Amino acid sequence: MAQTQSGAEGMQSLPALLHRNTVQFGDAPAYREKEFGIWQCWTWTEAAAEVRSLALGFMEIGVEKGDHIAVIGRNRPAHYWSMVAAQMVGAIPVPLYQDAVAEEMAYVLDHCGAKYVVCGDQEQVDKVIEIQENLHQVKHILYTDKRGMRKYDHAQMNALDDIKAEGSAGHARFDAELDRRIAEITYDDTCVMLYTSGTTGKPKGVVLSNRNVIESAKNSAQFDHLTRNEDILSYLPMAWVGDFIFSIGQAYWCGFCVNCPESADTMMTDLREIGPTYFFAPPRVFETQLTNVMIRMEDAGKLKRRMFHHFMAHAKKVGGLLLDAKPVGFGDRLKYALGNLLVYGPLKDTLGYGRFRVGYTAGEAIGPEIFDFYRSLGINLKQLYGQTEATVFITVQPDGEVRADTVGVPAPDVELKIDDTGEIYYRSPGVFVEYYNNPDSTASTKDAEGWVATGDAGFIEESSGHLRIIDRAKDVGKMADGSMFAPKYVENKLKFYPDILEVVLFGNGKDRCVAFINIDLTAVANWAERNNVAYASYQELAGHPLVLETIRDHVEEVNKSVAADEMLSGCQVHRFVVLHKELDADDGEMTRTRKVRRGFVEDKFSDIIAALYDGSERVSTTTEVTYEDGRKGSISATLEIVDASVVPVAQHKVAAE
Amino acid sequence: MLDNSEEYVTEDGRKIGGVVMEMKNITLRFGGVVAIKDISFDIREGEIRAIIGPNGAGKSSMLNVISGFYVPQEGEVWFHGSKRPPMRPYDVARQGIARTFQNIALFEGMSVLDNVMTGRLNYMKTNILQQAIWRGKAEAEETKNREAVEKMIDFLEIQHIRKTPVSRLPYGLKKRVELARALAAEPKLLLLDEPMAGMNVEEKEDMSRFILDVNDEFGTTIALIEHDMGVVMDLSDRVVVMDYGKKIGDGTPHEVRNNQEVIDAYLGVSHD
Repeated sequence: MAQTQSGAEGMQSLPALLHRNTVQFGDAPAYREKEFGIWQCWTWTEAAAEVRSLALGFMEIGVEKGDHIAVIGRNRPAHYWSMVAAQMVGAIPVPLYQDAVAEEMAYVLDHCGAKYVVCGDQEQVDKVIEIQENLHQVKHILYTDKRGMRKYDHAQMNALDDIKAEGSAGHARFDAELDRRIAEITYDDTCVMLYTSGTTGKPKGVVLSNRNVIESAKNSAQFDHLTRNEDILSYLPMAWVGDFIFSIGQAYWCGFCVNCPESADTMMTDLREIGPTYFFAPPRVFETQLTNVMIRMEDAGKLKRRMFHHFMAHAKKVGGLLLDAKPVGFGDRLKYALGNLLVYGPLKDTLGYGRFRVGYTAGEAIGPEIFDFYRSLGINLKQLYGQTEATVFITVQPDGEVRADTVGVPAPDVELKIDDTGEIYYRSPGVFVEYYNNPDSTASTKDAEGWVATGDAGFIEESSGHLRIIDRAKDVGKMADGSMFAPKYVENKLKFYPDILEVVLFGNGKDRCVAFINIDLTAVANWAERNNVAYASYQELAGHPLVLETIRDHVEEVNKSVAADEMLSGCQVHRFVVLHKELDADDGEMTRTRKVRRGFVEDKFSDIIAALYDGSERVSTTTEVTYEDGRKGSISATLEIVDASVVPVAQHKVAAE
Repeated sequence: MLDNSEEYVTEDGRKIGGVVMEMKNITLRFGGVVAIKDISFDIREGEIRAIIGPNGAGKSSMLNVISGFYVPQEGEVWFHGSKRPPMRPYDVARQGIARTFQNIALFEGMSVLDNVMTGRLNYMKTNILQQAIWRGKAEAEETKNREAVEKMIDFLEIQHIRKTPVSRLPYGLKKRVELARALAAEPKLLLLDEPMAGMNVEEKEDMSRFILDVNDEFGTTIALIEHDMGVVMDLSDRVVVMDYGKKIGDGTPHEVRNNQEVIDAYLGVSHD
């Protein structure tokens, strides 16, 4: 590690770091990708050669300094290389969400003015061609996967492999110019541009400099003692800042290996094969895994099931304490070791967490039960709080101070302050340069002294110095009687039930709260199978009387626990509907990172909300849906509205502790 | 229609090659039932050739004649310029003809990978003893064949079910596995018996894309039977229409669509 800590000054760009890695440990694995059933491997030396050929290829097709190169595709080494190659030639990489429909993509491509686009496959190429009809700026399309591309007009289009081959064949012509361009890169040049998904309004292009990325990578790597021996699995969207920092920033800074799964569907198998030592996932991944474990345990034999529950109960008692290096009795330690042999070890191995050293979850609150489940197994799962604008890191949980309800202490070099309204502000070397072509938004988010408004409301716990997030500042409101309305708090409590996937709570300015609920198809379908409940479609299952009854039980339980909180007892759910469709990013109801667009949902389903408040027993509605290929259709349904009993608010003083 | 020139240009301007297979005056009887009555048509290199017709028109029988499973009582099958003698299905497979079945014929208890590997049988030369010892020749052979199989698995995007037993798969995926097995044999001529039967719109779209990609990527000649007219008209270069064992139309999708006899057969004009 000594070498990585001394280099910050000399290392002013990712190409420079790539060069350092080749010199210092050129034979170590840098990238792996599962292709044709086998893990293909590239060392740092090989990867550097690939990147350089690509950069030469880019020059061959005329990429100039300052051009934007959009990258649309799944996590593949070639796409990561394209981004670094773009930086080499002085261009700015702009990774985009590959599952975005054409019109969303059109906005971003138009906004950044990308002249070159690297597409993962035919599907992405088709979208770009469709966009190109109105937007005549794209000069050249490149693609990674050649399948189905033979018949396309190749005047303005090439396979990435072909320009790479051409680049390395004709290297003599551009070698000198490329070296000059690499040498010209400064610490404050743009490293990458990332579009924020935005729960409101259009996406904004966040400009991050080399300084932002490298300083953040350096600080966070030191914080968690990351070395070049880590293995990570890169499976999160490339357009998301987290993936850029983990799979490029930290990977180049520390020199660890980036593993790319075979396809999105094989991620769980690939996870198990790689056994990452450093892992990052949104809560949803951990929830899904836990749901699967529980479902499989239900199907397991009696002995296995009893053993599992017996040892999990023990792990719950001492596992977390052991992980935090707190004192635990000898007998308990012995029993935990036995449990590790019989249950925890094999389970971790099945999940792919056998080598897990440190990992983070972020993006949404994680259920305390889920969080504790993983920690009790001895998996060092922590939480962090971050934003694209901060180059991820705002607060992180140090080892030994991990709790489900806080997001940790300020990350190294990050300053934090909370203003009078409760909104969180931060200042750090990772603070973004600007929103591209949007000085108004930049000015309203970042002040002259470099403080950035997060848009989240929270407070710093005095006893521990940890930050606690209440909700999005703009979502926090008041009920008609003046009590506080913080939807996230109630929604999260509900979402912690495995059969509830998504919840949207309404009630700002009203006298009581109502909710939309999405069932989790995996969990509920399994339940239906075991209980002989027949259904033909998602819609039918979602409206099944037994399902509604179960959900009502959950809601009533949550109401009880919400009532116990003095501040938020007004947020109990009086009535709810189980929606006939899953909220989906393609329909604009969620962002690509799967956060609910509250305002949009409120408008789109205004008829259902009205019915929830006017006391009707059911509501008929027709909803527009967008299919994956962009076509639209509609589904109609009659939804039962369910009343849930609430704990009278007057009692909360008795219940509150 | 039956010009014998080496090249032929399709409706969308794509060039396809010369004749690879020719059916000459085929008649097939099962006892007193005449399944196919004096039918002639050809299949050209690199094209997608569809055989359509109402239920019981004799389409599957026709496909079975092509695949060598049925031997017609009258008529000749010419393949690559020579007359084909009656032969066993495995001989036909060795000639480079592979097929999928209307009602899926996979080994249910075996994994997807093993099923697709069976498609490589014709490329395995080692004997049972060598395979039992495995080290050496058999190992090298398996590696080579596995590579070819993995390419097909990648091509048809079934990596996530590689190790899953076929019996646990839904219908649409089984169809894809069957196609993978047929493709693993690296056929020159691929026969598809109702590749989209029982599929929903999305699965049909996927399957159509795979068929077009196979044709495009490997240059495989494809003959297919299909009920869904929309799919047939979009996919194929040329179409043979059958009704009651007789050929009632042959040509490009456009020609066939405007053929009065075909319209009658599909819209239901009373016969005799």
